[in-house]
Amino acid sequence: MTELRHRGTTDNDLQHQQSDDKGSENEGKAEKDGASDSETKPDTGLPEVPVTADDTPEVLNKALSGLSSRWKNWWVRGILTLAMIIFFFIIIYLGPMVLMMIVLCVQIKCFQEIIHIGYSVYHSYHLPWFRTLSWYFLLCVNYFFYGETVTDYFSNLVQREEPLRILSKYHRLISFTLYLTGFCMFVLSLVKKHYRLQFYMFGWTHVTLLIVVTQSHLIIHNLFEGMIWFIVPISCVICNDIMAYMFGFFFGRTPLIKLSPKKTWEGFIGGFFSTVVFGILLSYVMSGYSFFVCPVEFNSDHNSFEVDCEPSDLFQLQDYALPAALQSLTGWPTVRLYPFQIHSIALSAFASIMGPFGGFFASGFKRAFKIKDFANTIPGHGGIMDRFDCQYLMATFVNVYIASFIRGPNPAKVIQQLLALRLDQQLHIFNSLKTHLTERGVAEDV
Amino acid sequence: MTELRKRGGGGDTDLVSETISDKETDVEDRLGLPGEPGVEADGDSESKADTPEVPPSTADNTPQFLNKAVEGLNPRWKNWWIRGVLSLAMISGFFMMIYLGPVMLILVVMSIQIKCFQEIIDIGYRVYHSYELPWFRTLSWYFLICVNYFFYGETLAEYFGALVQREEPLQFLVRYHRFISFALYLAGFCMFVLSLVKKHYRLQFYMFAWTHVTLLIVVTQSHLVIQNLFEGMIWFLVPVSIVICNDIMAYLFGFFFGRTPLIKLSPKKTWEGFIGGFFGTLVFGFILAYLLAQFQYFVCPVEYNSETNRFTAECEPSDIFVMHEYTLPFAVQNIIQWKTVNLYPYQIHSVALSTFGSLIGPFGGFFASGFKRAFKIKDFADTIPGHGGIMDRFDCQYLMATFTHVYIASFIRGPNPSKVLQQLLVLQPEQQLSIFNTLRERLRDRGMLPPAATEAI
Repeated sequence: MTELRHRGTTDNDLQHQQSDDKGSENEGKAEKDGASDSETKPDTGLPEVPVTADDTPEVLNKALSGLSSRWKNWWVRGILTLAMIIFFFIIIYLGPMVLMMIVLCVQIKCFQEIIHIGYSVYHSYHLPWFRTLSWYFLLCVNYFFYGETVTDYFSNLVQREEPLRILSKYHRLISFTLYLTGFCMFVLSLVKKHYRLQFYMFGWTHVTLLIVVTQSHLIIHNLFEGMIWFIVPISCVICNDIMAYMFGFFFGRTPLIKLSPKKTWEGFIGGFFSTVVFGILLSYVMSGYSFFVCPVEFNSDHNSFEVDCEPSDLFQLQDYALPAALQSLTGWPTVRLYPFQIHSIALSAFASIMGPFGGFFASGFKRAFKIKDFANTIPGHGGIMDRFDCQYLMATFVNVYIASFIRGPNPAKVIQQLLALRLDQQLHIFNSLKTHLTERGVAEDV
Repeated sequence: MTELRKRGGGGDTDLVSETISDKETDVEDRLGLPGEPGVEADGDSESKADTPEVPPSTADNTPQFLNKAVEGLNPRWKNWWIRGVLSLAMISGFFMMIYLGPVMLILVVMSIQIKCFQEIIDIGYRVYHSYELPWFRTLSWYFLICVNYFFYGETLAEYFGALVQREEPLQFLVRYHRFISFALYLAGFCMFVLSLVKKHYRLQFYMFAWTHVTLLIVVTQSHLVIQNLFEGMIWFLVPVSIVICNDIMAYLFGFFFGRTPLIKLSPKKTWEGFIGGFFGTLVFGFILAYLLAQFQYFVCPVEYNSETNRFTAECEPSDIFVMHEYTLPFAVQNIIQWKTVNLYPYQIHSVALSTFGSLIGPFGGFFASGFKRAFKIKDFADTIPGHGGIMDRFDCQYLMATFTHVYIASFIRGPNPSKVLQQLLVLQPEQQLSIFNTLRERLRDRGMLPPAATEAI
């Protein structure tokens, strides 16, 4: 979504321009005063966040110094976009382990960016405890989530090692204790003159944790389901961004929403259709490889992740009869598709329709706090959060989608729970299962 | 925690104009407040401008008849009487609800949750002057409904398994529950984004965050309370009573013996009160556990009987509710001359619950006090005369509910068998078969099943 912002010609302009989207330039400057009318009171509490200087690397600057400023900006953005996409391919190649670590790093960076904004907004730099507490809460919540993930997917390894087994058995209690310690530290750190600031930062930290950390763990869950469930959604969102921008650039005419005046209906609809097509093609390409399609498993003998399996039904080519209308158009009676491609239509549709709302939310957030970008990490693009703002809803949707329509409960987890029951309960379940299986004719003479 | 606040007897109008929070506020705060915002903070003065003092909500709403009954007395005693009468009324109400059974308790928990949510959101409105954002009230209540739908769906599907299997629409709702909840939440999210108005962005984001944090605190905890309740009413009654008892005991000990202040945040709390409350609560919890562990009504998991369409609490009490003999350590034996003592194992668990309630419960109270000071309000609301709002009464309960839930999950019960069976039946037949074989091996090893040779279908 933020690719549509034009970063302006010179560095000085960048720093002085506090308005948000490129589209709001004209209105923004004139009505910045108007906008703060009703907010004069709140405004004094939230002065403008200082913007750091443009940090395009020198090498790029030199290479492009000959060009006109406008084109220079385009080139910077273009090169960085290409660099990010190449980087994406590299980490896919390196496998699930590296992907997980990248997700963790992105999560930490996003968290840091948002907390940093909170600090700037509330001048809470002089509350030293609070930085510590924010990071501590991040650690606690990550510990909780990673513990649950590790217990689910690494059950063999966990059962073998005694300390891990204890940590796993009392995982919730340990996580809760860690969180409580943080809570008590917060209460003890309340200083008379800074109550309100501290409560604000406490609330800010928790909301950030809720958004950033839970989503990143849903992404990792999706990843374990099969790398295709990670790659296709992310690619759909990226593609939607790019396609909506192109269609808007070439055909854009009717504005979409007041919040982001540069978005147009033409871009939205064009982006929708092209993302659906892109999703179908990408799923076709990826479904052929077991590297992408198989659930990621941890092999305790080799102590590494592997993706090796019999691809499930979703990833086997099947014949679908085309409806009569399409038959007469294309002259094919049936078409061979992977069922996953049909699921990908749902994913693309969601990315095109709801993804933009995530972008609008982030734009509104930036306008509310009068910041141009979340940070300046990526030259030409802003911070990590700017790149990932549309991804968040997508990750949750994919997770819910998988849970509802694709897989049932994880068999390993079910066995774990089963073996934790009392013996008489186990016997009861055994008998029910036996009846069930004999009815279905699955269990023969045992 | 807030029982320690004295509401000041005859000065109702003083109360209203005084927007300081705790009675325990320092003298300098009291002097500084009415006209000098600068006293609070230099760092605060800017944010103060954006969250000006919250106008006090309503005048004292003690019912007329109470006022008449006590008007003859000295103003100080009048206050005590009102608080005392209301405390007694609340405790009697509590007993009545216990008598009426689990359904009533669940309904009451739900009402309290809604009222707490409303109180906190109301404070947010006043603090941010966001009354003129009409969409936002709707959105807050909508999110409350969504989150409640999600949680009730997750918990109820577990416990009402038989009922759910029977009704077709319910089955559909259960199977796609997460998807439906997510769709509902997304609709609210989109409504929020579409409702962003140019001049009010910041306010709207604040209220959005305020709503979510409130939901996180209030709604999740109330569902943990209900899950504890389903485990057995004793798991609801004992923690709640422990927290109430700790409040009262700490107050009494502080009143009679209090000398050393505990924490700057609440100057009226004392170490003597804290320690006395700790031991008093331990003893109380111990005795209460003994009393309640004898009755099936309290001890058995609450189950829904699909034939009679009612909740029942009838079962073979589990091990922790059966008397055991424990040998006393030598030191104690010498003192009281008993070799062994008969206890319910549950009483030992109650010691853990009491310890938590006495040590960490107060932190919940400090958190709420800090919150009220930060936003310069005296009480969360004026629902209960003499006591403040519902949140004031329940601020210490929240951490307790989570702790009890985590405690049960870690030390008491395993997974819910019917839930495991449900999951089993959803798996693919090959997966079911493999689990079946594994389970059979295990049961044979443990001797629950006859060995392979003699078994036949």
